[in-house]
Amino acid sequence: MANNNAPLLEMKNIQKSFYGNQVLNDINITLNEGDVLGLCGENGAGKTTLMKILFGMEEIAETGGYGGEICFNGEKVDFKSPFDALNAGIGMVHQEFSLIPGFTATENILLNREPLKRNVISEVFGDRLNTLNYNEMTGRAENAIEKMGFKIDPKMVIADMPVGHKQFTEIARELSKENLRLLILDEPTAVLTESEADALLQSIKSMSERGVAVIFVTHRLEEIMTVCNKVVVMRDGLVVMDTRAEDTDVKKITKAMVGRDVESVDNKSVGTDETAETIMSIKNLWVDMPGETVRNVSLDVKKGEILGIGGLAGQGKLGVPNGIMGLYEAGGTVVFKGNEIPLNSPRKCLDSNIAFVSEDRRGVGLLLDETLEWNIAFPAMQIQNKFLKKLFGGLIKWRDEKAIKEVTDKYIDELQIKCTSSKQKAKELSGGNQQKICLAKSFALEPEFLFASEPTRGIDVGAKSLVLEALRKLNKEKGVTVVVISSELEELRGVCDRIAIVSGGEVAGILPASKSSEEFGQLMVSKVI
Amino acid sequence: MKNIIEFLKKNIVPIMFIIICSICVPISGFSVTYMINEVMTRLTRNAFLILSLLIPIMAGMGLNFGMTLGAMAGEIAIVLVSDWQIWGIPAIVLACIFSIPISILLGLFCGKMLNMAKSREMVTSYIISFFMNGIYMLLMLYAMGPIIPIKHTSIKLPRGYGIRNTVSMLNNRQCIDNALAFSVGGVKIPVLTLLIIAAMCLFIIWFRKTKLGQDMRAVGQDMEVARSAGIDVEKTRIIAMVISTVMAGFGMVLYVQNLSSFSTYSSHSNVGMFAIAALLVGGASVDKASIGNVFLGVILFHTLFIVAPTVGTKITGDSMVGEYFRVFISYAVITIALIMYEIKKRQQKSNAGKLLAEAQNKEEQ
Ligand SMILES: Nc1ncnc2c1ncn2[C@@H]1O[C@H](COP(=O)(O)OP(=O)(O)OP(=O)(O)O)[C@@H](O)[C@H]1O
Ligand SMILES: [Mg+2]
Repeated sequence: MANNNAPLLEMKNIQKSFYGNQVLNDINITLNEGDVLGLCGENGAGKTTLMKILFGMEEIAETGGYGGEICFNGEKVDFKSPFDALNAGIGMVHQEFSLIPGFTATENILLNREPLKRNVISEVFGDRLNTLNYNEMTGRAENAIEKMGFKIDPKMVIADMPVGHKQFTEIARELSKENLRLLILDEPTAVLTESEADALLQSIKSMSERGVAVIFVTHRLEEIMTVCNKVVVMRDGLVVMDTRAEDTDVKKITKAMVGRDVESVDNKSVGTDETAETIMSIKNLWVDMPGETVRNVSLDVKKGEILGIGGLAGQGKLGVPNGIMGLYEAGGTVVFKGNEIPLNSPRKCLDSNIAFVSEDRRGVGLLLDETLEWNIAFPAMQIQNKFLKKLFGGLIKWRDEKAIKEVTDKYIDELQIKCTSSKQKAKELSGGNQQKICLAKSFALEPEFLFASEPTRGIDVGAKSLVLEALRKLNKEKGVTVVVISSELEELRGVCDRIAIVSGGEVAGILPASKSSEEFGQLMVSKVI
Repeated sequence: MKNIIEFLKKNIVPIMFIIICSICVPISGFSVTYMINEVMTRLTRNAFLILSLLIPIMAGMGLNFGMTLGAMAGEIAIVLVSDWQIWGIPAIVLACIFSIPISILLGLFCGKMLNMAKSREMVTSYIISFFMNGIYMLLMLYAMGPIIPIKHTSIKLPRGYGIRNTVSMLNNRQCIDNALAFSVGGVKIPVLTLLIIAAMCLFIIWFRKTKLGQDMRAVGQDMEVARSAGIDVEKTRIIAMVISTVMAGFGMVLYVQNLSSFSTYSSHSNVGMFAIAALLVGGASVDKASIGNVFLGVILFHTLFIVAPTVGTKITGDSMVGEYFRVFISYAVITIALIMYEIKKRQQKSNAGKLLAEAQNKEEQ
């Protein structure tokens, strides 16, 4: 055991640049046992990068390593791989799940760390022929789940679990590591329902009581105020605020993050024009989207409005656009501009000038290995033959590089996408900036109708209003009918004309955005199953 | 009622074969004892080979068409042992031992290749088996004699080198099947062979509970996740292939010992194809197979095999039809099973949708 007086973690003068682009400048962070550090900052501030350095991710070494010094437990460390970090007692829960779908929670929690029993054969042929000790496995998994403080069924197979429980399984996996001293959570609450997020905060508290330190990265600042005792705010690769949580509040943090006061978005909506024609009419829609099942949704969208779809997580609001756009098995009828659009065929939707910003940017959103230009212009080129120069009456077409660059730069500017140039690869952007690219991509399509699903997921407080403003601009200037799906009611109330609340897979009611939160709240829980 | 339909749908392949068998067996007019005897013989002859397919399925590598490599290793070992004029159980044991290094080498090779062709394992292993067949023939036709000494003229081709079309093991004929065997009401029970097969089943059950088995299951479901948990994915997959190939080698020795002769240049291919077909008939799929599937498959598939020529003759008057029928069935079963696997995958997706639509209709009424 090293020096007991030394702090658990000290990161000194951490610097990191990607190909000459300095993203971390002289970061200093100190953490003691049982500390809960809230780490926040604008999109692209360098939070994820800092955590990757701490966790020894290969990506860092592959892009030229980092500068500065990390001391863990009083000893200088330099992790070559996540396994080194794990051995030292650092755990990290990533945003993407890394779980084996057909295994139970127990098997996943102890994946590759199963307690074993020796036997004669393994004496001869090596340790991998030891048999699993199932009793011990159950014991340890239950132990970890108890430590976590949120009850999940250790015998349940991952594939049958709701999203939130998967996240908890991952956390339990980290907790089951006996030597865990520090747990890194990078935006863990983004996919959780409200009550699950509360439970997560609760379990962070109980971890800290047991002496485990936690670094908690999030864009939801209230969460930081509830659980953290330390707050570090980053901006442009610098620590701009490092204080104890009791000395600050959400407002101050926000100000430190964006360098100015952020006023809450105020709704400039003029209300839906009731006499406008119906542009999309949805009847008896069902969608089989795991965790977001739609049972029976009927809904009319008026031309030129911004319609919000809200509701609690898991009630089916996300299923509506995903089903209509053909990403999940769906049934019912959807009539768009007088024509019925066939379900289960994404291409048909795109052809009829409907665009979709998916909430799952990793799954279907981006071509990660391609440039920003390509990502933004490609769909418009593919579907609408935009950005193509024509010669000989269209016999020969080639890409209009200049127009492509222009439109990309326009959106980089409008959405303040943080990148080195329009030729940067999408995978090199921070999570929040990737989300902005997804939005820009569908804006460039200039569709008649846009579904924006969780458009501000992973986007920082400062940039949220930018994104919403851009949506509104698209609506007003280009006359695009927009349907925004979001779990944040305030966001919907800020931008929409009307809001439909989905509960239990059905539309529980539609209200104008000006109605009070209480009325919306009642609708949200009205049909929950 | 719904459960019954579900059950029928899930087990459609075995059920189809049960129906076909129950029609064909009476037509053939064979006696019960004869049928049981024949089925028992074929069960003991083939079960081991089919069991060798289970481990790659567990590791997510699909149906191992590369098991023919193991069969080749077994054949090479038998040829050598026969040439050395060793007989009886020692010969069988020696052949098994001798097949191990060859199998391991072939398994390593196949495993390495399959690691380069992830998610296209089945096609790749099929092609590898073709490629290896060429090398095997080269070895048997030209290397056996000049390079690897072969003395015995009963094995050698008359021209002085190369191996004859059929290698006979008459002297070893069923030496394992006959050990400890007894007969009940005219049915011969080859106790030792059954014990060996039972041991193999126990091994597989035990293996599933080992760390290596667990790793294989993890790798089979999601390679990336397994890798990020620190499991050596490539190595695990190679080990799965090696185990399967070695087991197929043993299986082939047992198979030949029962038949007492084999055709040098084609048995291994047939053996591979029939083993895969039988497993599929037993209700296994590309990503899931159990020991139960193995035995159900052997029994159904070979019952049909036994009666097919006779039934063919009875119906059409031509015995060739039955012969043709056998081969046709095997290929058809494999093809159908692969197609059904795809369809099932898609159906599972749309099934949930149907339920939702039904629920909606009910509510409206
Ligand atoms: N592999 C990479 N190559 C080049 N630049 C990169 C790479 N990874 C990250 N960056 C850059 O580093 C900066 C910091 O990114 P990081 O992912 O750490 O931001 P973040 O604070 O986690 O933001 P968010 O809140 O959006 O997740 C970004 O400007 C990003 O473009
Ligand atoms: Mg990030």
